[in-house]
Amino acid sequence: MTATTGRTPRGAGDGIASVTDDVPGAAAPADDAPLPRHPRPVTVTACPDGPLLVRGDVDWRAADGTPLDPGRRTVALCRCGGSATRPWCDGTHKVNGFRSGD
Amino acid sequence: MTTTSTPTASAGGAAPARPRGGSRMPVPAARGPLSRALLGLLLDGAGPEPLRAALDEVVAAADGSWFEHDDVQVTLTCLYELHYRGLEGVDDAWEWDPDLVALRTALERLVEAELRARVTVPPVEDRSRAAIGALLLRTAAEDDGPSVSRWVARHAQERHVRELLVHRSVYQLKEADPHTWGIPRIGGAAKAALVEIQADEYGGGDPGRVHAELFARAMTGVGLDATYGRYVDQVPALTLAHPNLMSMLGLNRRLRGALVGHLAAFEATSSVPNRLYGNGLRRLGHDEATTWYFDEHVEADAVHEQIAARDLAGGLVEQEPELAEDVLLGARACLLLEGLLGAHVLACWEAGTSSLREPLP
Repeated sequence: MTATTGRTPRGAGDGIASVTDDVPGAAAPADDAPLPRHPRPVTVTACPDGPLLVRGDVDWRAADGTPLDPGRRTVALCRCGGSATRPWCDGTHKVNGFRSGD
Repeated sequence: MTTTSTPTASAGGAAPARPRGGSRMPVPAARGPLSRALLGLLLDGAGPEPLRAALDEVVAAADGSWFEHDDVQVTLTCLYELHYRGLEGVDDAWEWDPDLVALRTALERLVEAELRARVTVPPVEDRSRAAIGALLLRTAAEDDGPSVSRWVARHAQERHVRELLVHRSVYQLKEADPHTWGIPRIGGAAKAALVEIQADEYGGGDPGRVHAELFARAMTGVGLDATYGRYVDQVPALTLAHPNLMSMLGLNRRLRGALVGHLAAFEATSSVPNRLYGNGLRRLGHDEATTWYFDEHVEADAVHEQIAARDLAGGLVEQEPELAEDVLLGARACLLLEGLLGAHVLACWEAGTSSLREPLP
């Protein structure tokens, strides 16, 4: 049912394309040693009239100390106070007139 | 080189199910002479001559929007899919066949001309990263297109959400892929920003969190078939037109500004509507597994819109100031295509009819 029809393209460029049909492939490169991993420094960027964008390795905690999983590497923290998913931004700042003044 | 074959049951029992992700798009049905000629070439061993004749016929008969032209849009869907997951029963070597690339280029010329005629972009005064970011977020916020999401939150019944997900599935099951084409076409801080966004779209490397996978779960949750490409035949040209536009922007280096602007608008018009879609689904009694896609996008796109507007689009214009107008073109193109489909869908639903080519069973 899903076998090919056997029809293969023969467009106008075929004469040119066939020049390299028989060239042998390159040898495989040697394995590189793995690079050391460094923790990413944390940066916090204030978005005008919007959230705080946080990048880097952060240990997110709820008020009682239980870990929070933001579900992504780069995170937006609510600054307007109106998000339904605090501490994460949900875009409410766009509809509640929030102005950050920065 | 050849297509994957589907596993067949042996005498001793069924073959193990393949993991998701390897599916090719089922070949869509032709919708006119152009798609008929293309499928004749790809499937039946016909030569390329009928394709040229059909294209001449389509151009000569031009009447109305290319975005609403079923034959052109389904032809583009097939041509672009050669660059994505492939078409069932079609040799992958067709991807770079010069006749097909020429056909795609000819159709893209028509679509781009219509886009530039319909979308006005005033000259951009301030090309700084901050100003471009603010301009893009303001453009998205000021969009007064019809709100399908608000209608879904308040009024949708089960048949409406199923139709909504059918329309969305054409893009969502390959979510983010069209914008990913932009990564090799840009550099520096803009490239890093695009990768930052796209990595999140693909679940940060976790297959279970890939956004396309979350959308498949939402489809299953409302009783739809999440097989890749399953509903292409059911959707009107307008539904195909938006992913096709994205592919055009992504696969043409010269349109990289528009691709980036498109993504910024796309992300900036996501959080609030996705919360409303989630609310509608919850009102209809759907559980967290089904609403996960929408809930995830509320937070993910609150992050992405900030990165896309300033770091990506603003960053790209800082590197290449002459791209500023195209960035705005892409943003407005996104709003235009979303608005056209939204208007069609709402008009149908308010009239009590299906917004698909045929109602779902």
